[in-house]
Amino acid sequence: MKKFFAQCYIWLLLIVLYAPIVFIAVFSFTESKVLGNWTGFSTKLYENLFTGNMQGTGSLMTAIQNTVIIALIAACVSTILGTVAAIGIHNMRGKAKQAISLLNNIPMLNPDIITGVSLFLLFVFLHISQGYVTVVLAHITFCTPYVVLSVLPRLTQMNPNIYEAALDLGATPFVALRKVLLPMLKPGMISGFILAFTMSLDDFAVTFFTRGTIGLDTLSTYIYTDARKGGLTPELRPMITIMFVGILILLITINLRKIRNSKTDRE
Amino acid sequence: MKASDKIIEFKNIQKGFGDKVVLDDISFYVNKGEFLTLLGPSGCGKTTLLRLLAGFGNTDSGEILINGENITNVPPHERPVNTVFQRYALFPHLDVYENIAFGLKLQKVPTDEIDKKVRRVLKMVSMTDYEDRDVESLSGGQQQRVAIARAIVNQPKVLLLDEPLAALDLKMRKDMQIELKEMHRKLGITFIYVTHDQEEALTLSDTIVVMNEGKIQQIGTPTDIYNEPQNAFVADFIGESNILNGKMLKDKVVEFVGHEFECVDEGFGENVDVDVVVRPEDIYIMNRTEGAQFTARVKSCTFKGVHYEMFVDTDKGYELMIQDYNAFEPGSEVGLLIRPADIQVMKKERVINRFEGEIVDETHVKFLEEVFECKPQDKFEVGEKVNVEVRFSRVELIDHPEEGILSGEVHFLLYKGDHYHLTIRTDYGDKLWVDTNDIWDKGDLVGINIAPKDIKISKRDE
Amino acid sequence: MSKRSTWALPYAIFLVLFVALPLILIMVYAFQDGAGNFTFGNFAKFFRDTDAINTFALSLEVAIENTALCILLGYPAAWILANKKLNKSAVTIVLFIMPMWINALMRTLATAELFHMLGIQLGKGTLIVGMVYDYLPFMIYPIYNILDRMDKSYAEAAADLGATPWQVFWKVQVPLSMPGVISGVMMVFMPTVSTFAISEFLTNNKIKLFGTIIQENINSSMWNYGAALSLVMLVIIGITSLLQDNKKEVSGGIV
Repeated sequence: MKKFFAQCYIWLLLIVLYAPIVFIAVFSFTESKVLGNWTGFSTKLYENLFTGNMQGTGSLMTAIQNTVIIALIAACVSTILGTVAAIGIHNMRGKAKQAISLLNNIPMLNPDIITGVSLFLLFVFLHISQGYVTVVLAHITFCTPYVVLSVLPRLTQMNPNIYEAALDLGATPFVALRKVLLPMLKPGMISGFILAFTMSLDDFAVTFFTRGTIGLDTLSTYIYTDARKGGLTPELRPMITIMFVGILILLITINLRKIRNSKTDRE
Repeated sequence: MKASDKIIEFKNIQKGFGDKVVLDDISFYVNKGEFLTLLGPSGCGKTTLLRLLAGFGNTDSGEILINGENITNVPPHERPVNTVFQRYALFPHLDVYENIAFGLKLQKVPTDEIDKKVRRVLKMVSMTDYEDRDVESLSGGQQQRVAIARAIVNQPKVLLLDEPLAALDLKMRKDMQIELKEMHRKLGITFIYVTHDQEEALTLSDTIVVMNEGKIQQIGTPTDIYNEPQNAFVADFIGESNILNGKMLKDKVVEFVGHEFECVDEGFGENVDVDVVVRPEDIYIMNRTEGAQFTARVKSCTFKGVHYEMFVDTDKGYELMIQDYNAFEPGSEVGLLIRPADIQVMKKERVINRFEGEIVDETHVKFLEEVFECKPQDKFEVGEKVNVEVRFSRVELIDHPEEGILSGEVHFLLYKGDHYHLTIRTDYGDKLWVDTNDIWDKGDLVGINIAPKDIKISKRDE
Repeated sequence: MSKRSTWALPYAIFLVLFVALPLILIMVYAFQDGAGNFTFGNFAKFFRDTDAINTFALSLEVAIENTALCILLGYPAAWILANKKLNKSAVTIVLFIMPMWINALMRTLATAELFHMLGIQLGKGTLIVGMVYDYLPFMIYPIYNILDRMDKSYAEAAADLGATPWQVFWKVQVPLSMPGVISGVMMVFMPTVSTFAISEFLTNNKIKLFGTIIQENINSSMWNYGAALSLVMLVIIGITSLLQDNKKEVSGGIV
């Protein structure tokens, strides 16, 4: 009986939580410009999205492109910068290590708006004209700490003898790094990369403050401007639906694999 | 021994981490083909020494020679030694075959030759058919075999083993000991083995180097080390033993547990304080008291599988441990006998605490970094450097560190039949020695007091 | 290996330039007037500006209400999810944390549109409900994490010592899960108090929160005043983060 109520509570919460997304998904299959107005089943919005034949403003496709490119660059740079930094931090001692760890935590603790405003002031102060480059730099700033925190635990958990074993077997420090250290850090680097990539995709506030006035739009800022103009571009509905289903599949496979792995580990 | 038989030589190795001295003037050599064990409690410096040999870490001073060549500054990957690490340190991203082939691939050995060599060592460690296995799916024992195979496939001149069996269970450890010995015989290369397990060291080694606190305590064959320990530490660390205070009355006559015994040692002088070691299995125990050298009452008797272990109180109030194949009822009166050859007499390392001190005023002297009250004196001037002596039994230890003039930690303890002999390390890192009847444990924090009348001050000899 | 510590140098420089310096600049700008002279004027302006003060108070109120509601709804959910007897499916927790991965603006817009369709008047009520929608997963996840990893023997030991299930829950499990709750509070309170855009969507521009005021000032080139307001927010964030015991990290990776 207790279990029944518990399950009911969980499913009720989930239903309520997912209602808006399901609502969007359902109305992505109709042509109506106004949400909630069902005008019959149609995949026209999906067609429009893929052919780029938008109703209303036509820069949605550019915004999506910008979002993905910025996220890819930011994630790649932060993965490299963060991994190298993690190896360095792991080998540091005392005050210097504390200081750099503290600085590394700040972008994660800071609300987006503070990160955004502070970087905006930095670019103003340095007289750097804001645009693509400043957005990418800003994204690297808040993404790299996540990479550092994904890679660092793998270094601390690693048997320190493993690196020494490679040297002992005749590897030069560089070869030991390439053949032993990096392969062992790979899982941390990958999850750091994914985290960085999704953080960058999701970002609104930091982009908003650092994109300048050249009319650069990412998906988030596009939605923001669009919604303030009144009404969501209908093509955003299939967009949201596709992103949602994609993330759903990605997360479920990753977690199922993790569950399966942890089961085989126990055997 | 010819000079060319030396494969490794340590010359005055000095190593510290921060203020702590880890290796203090270590010098010894290793012969070609020898199975040498570095034995000692944790923190004695044995692993540090092995790591210096492998090339992980630098010596503060001193030299390491391999085949007469100074390799002190050669990086690890260029040294002709390979290591088997304590926690295996197998590469988790590589399978068994790739782990073993790692070193050979780096040397650019042709693939077919690598294949031959890997299969040969796999056979040697009885791991044929495991080539494609993921190393993390192997049991501890199997991982250890792969770790050994990975090291020996490179045909090193010297194989270093850092407590390789420590993580295995008892049964597996015994099996691996036999296999290691066999492997050493087959390969004919030098093994340097680090362990804290004295039994393992006695079983495997040709030569044992006993270490404690960064210093070599004794070097010798297992039989030498067991039968003729050179000091109380070695006697206590290797096997079970009764360690007692004794007095060498004259050559071949020693007094301990309140009786005179005939022994085989000579050259100590007359009436000299010594330490006496008697192994528990070397005390003959019998039901009758006639023909016995002294008598005792059995206090406890425990069956240990092969023998019985008994604690007895002797007629003069000493406690001894005895091992015998027969059981003796607790409470019964027994006779004891010790043969001259089974009495090991050792020179005492020290008979009194001796410190360097400085006079503070007429009634105070400073030593061990603290000011102690002493008997009023006018022989020495303020500020004069003096020698301070305190007898072991006159140092008072108290439970509350903050109530002592000085505080410290029980660092090592030895039961001497009727009292404990403790080594105390003060908070300033100095050591002093205490005889006491109170029971303390290693690691206990204690306060240290010394009564003014027990502080003996004498002129500093130049 | 010790030379490897220099590898952190590029990142250290990067951090100083893009994290430390910008924060210092907020302080510098906050204490300057438009001409670059030192002044407390920006703060004086804030304290005299009843609109700004009211918005500030409202932001705090909304953030506190939202956080409290999230704990109230989220704790039981986390507890059920972590309790193997009540929940066997590992996928359920994934369903709960998944919204965290979807663009917050999109979720908010969807929520606002849903309210709109259901004919619910947008206002403070919808603002709070919408915020709970957005931030509930951030409360559930850290609490779930700590409850899930909690050693079952604590509860068993308490029961063994005579505690009723209710007492076990209140005297053992709740205190032990506090770090998770605090971490959840950090993940909910801080973004809510600093949010902008979201409040506008959820109230059809009727209600402004503190974040929006900062944004409006920055966008209309009132940098010094904007910086001063940011500094006020930083102080609030700083006070909140004192709650957290730095040594206990409970939020783990999701991937």
